[in-house]
Amino acid sequence: MHRIDQRFVELRRAGRKALCVYLCVGDPSLEASGFLALEAIDAGADLLELGVPFSDPTADGPTLARAAQRAIAAGATLERVLDVASRVRARSEVPLVLFTYYNPVLVVGEAKVARLARAAGVDALLVVDLPPEEAAPLRDACAAEGLGVVPLVSPTSHAARIEAIRRASTPLDGAPRAFVYSISMTGVTGASPSDLAAAARDAEGMRRAFDRPVLVGFGIDSGASAKLAAGEVSGGADGVVVGTALARRIEQAASGDEQRRAVRTFVGELRRALDLPD
Amino acid sequence: MLGAGYFGPFGGRFVAETLVPALEELDRARQDVLPTPAFQGELHELLRSYVGRPTPLTEAKRLARRIDPDGDAIAELLLKREDLCHTGAHKINNALGQLLLAKAMGKTRIIAETGAGQHGVATATAAALLGLPCEVYQGALDMERQAPNVARMRLLGARVVPVESGSRTLKDAMNEALRDWVTNVRTTYYCVGSAAGPHPYPTLVASLQRIIGDEARASCLDRGALPDAVVACVGGGSNAIGIFKAFEGDTSVSLYGVEAAGLGLDTDKHAATLSRGRVGVLHGAKTYVLCDDAGQVIEAHSVSAGLDYPGVGPEHARLRDTGRATYVSATDTEALDAAREVARAEGIVVALETAHAFAALGAIARREAEARGRPARMLVCLSGRGDKDLDTITAYGGGK
Ligand SMILES: Cc1ncc(COP(=O)(O)O)c(C=O)c1O
Repeated sequence: MHRIDQRFVELRRAGRKALCVYLCVGDPSLEASGFLALEAIDAGADLLELGVPFSDPTADGPTLARAAQRAIAAGATLERVLDVASRVRARSEVPLVLFTYYNPVLVVGEAKVARLARAAGVDALLVVDLPPEEAAPLRDACAAEGLGVVPLVSPTSHAARIEAIRRASTPLDGAPRAFVYSISMTGVTGASPSDLAAAARDAEGMRRAFDRPVLVGFGIDSGASAKLAAGEVSGGADGVVVGTALARRIEQAASGDEQRRAVRTFVGELRRALDLPD
Repeated sequence: MLGAGYFGPFGGRFVAETLVPALEELDRARQDVLPTPAFQGELHELLRSYVGRPTPLTEAKRLARRIDPDGDAIAELLLKREDLCHTGAHKINNALGQLLLAKAMGKTRIIAETGAGQHGVATATAAALLGLPCEVYQGALDMERQAPNVARMRLLGARVVPVESGSRTLKDAMNEALRDWVTNVRTTYYCVGSAAGPHPYPTLVASLQRIIGDEARASCLDRGALPDAVVACVGGGSNAIGIFKAFEGDTSVSLYGVEAAGLGLDTDKHAATLSRGRVGVLHGAKTYVLCDDAGQVIEAHSVSAGLDYPGVGPEHARLRDTGRATYVSATDTEALDAAREVARAEGIVVALETAHAFAALGAIARREAEARGRPARMLVCLSGRGDKDLDTITAYGGGK
């Protein structure tokens, strides 16, 4: 079984919610991101989303847009993010998702990106601005390397749309099932959460529709909101994704040591909250 | 198989999932509402009684002689006068059509991006006319260099939101408008200002702008002949596609788009996407994009805010690759010089965007004349007037 699918089976067996931590790689530096990733894993992250910074991040709010600018200034590119991924992979078996906008993938080349991602130990790609209708070439390239492509659903995705996404994102032979990313609200990353309990309920429906694990993301900024978005132990979502809230803490920390401490403290808080009984 | 809204390999819909249903809804309205007699009747009545259409063709004899003193290259020079539209540019054709559609779709709030401010003014105007609240995103640099249009938008009741990120120009304004739309998508209509962006915008905008070419073609035939060449400036490409569309099937007619070469094509300060870009995805469409080897978008440069954009509408990408249209460029100084030439020769102060088309006109006419073995009949899309650019032109010395 693929590493990422194995992880969801284990979590489910243990009755635990998945904690997926997003890092904008290169913020504050490529080297530091490698350390921060390991810190997040030590503190209880079950999966990592390694973000490729993009010059025009239209799905991101100001916090992650600033993080991307710092990362680009620090020399981060898709290929260098994959170097960081392989350093993390050398130290950990945590599933790694490469999070990116489409233009870097298209310009570097889909087949090449899939090949490099596999070599770096990445398990799946998540491309924010690539709806399933446009994703067939990337899905083929990724499947050829044993990688998945994570689909997104949004509160605006009506029933027919969800069915279209499900069909167009059905895992290909050789690819992991991975998961479905359920966006909790209409908005950019980092906006204040709306109704996370409703998002957890929607995720449960989504899990039935897709028959794949569902992670809820956007607007989760504390242990309490993580718990709310994950929902009940027996239902709800399979887990949560946290990005902006961590990037904000990294941004506000005054030194490398403080950044590592901030990641450890915050990821630990999220972990404990998710592991609380109902 | 490619999805909806492709022009050859270009176009498509590369956006966050949240926006896909909104684009589907817009595409349905485009197909179901736009063609109805009721909608077309209302639009055309407004275009006539409010915008002032049809716009005239003006023959520019003095300018033709200044560009081509011996008369070897230019047989006739005709200008399609979109500067005479209400609000001073072709942008109103699109804004009015889209806002009527927004109203029919039950949307209660309008947003737009703008570079030169002409699309912002057009959208603010249509919003005032139709009683809709309107917010316009504009790069902070563009707000400085197009200050008169900022004042006009505000007078028209629109809120102008300064965008401080990136190059503080059109690209960044479009990023911010997309962020607003993804947040308020249920109530808000995003009025895109050029034939760019995700499907269905390139098709929708082209269908609203093709009135430029349809009118111009009919006027040319009334005068006795089709032109040999049609010339238009290309930012996102809406005035160009609007005039090209009508002539696309006329194989004798050459089509020329003029991009902004900024400080020069061989510098890193230009906006010549079709000449120097590579295939990428920007703002929801696969098209030519100015970007580096890692896929990061490069900040464009042009003296003209409306051409200062590192992408281009996907239909132009196809016209370029098939060779049906030819894309050339003009530098900042060539455009500024051309603006003065047109003013002195014809008594028309053109927008700096439009000035790029005039700057390339001489070279295009000579090329056409050579290919045809006779002076060519030239048609230029005079996309807008230059009041907004007086400060820039005067500072350069154009007022001397
Ligand atoms: C007068 C005028 N012409 C041309 C343009 C360029 O846009 P497009 O290429 O969409 O016609 C603008 C944009 O602001 C403009 O104001």
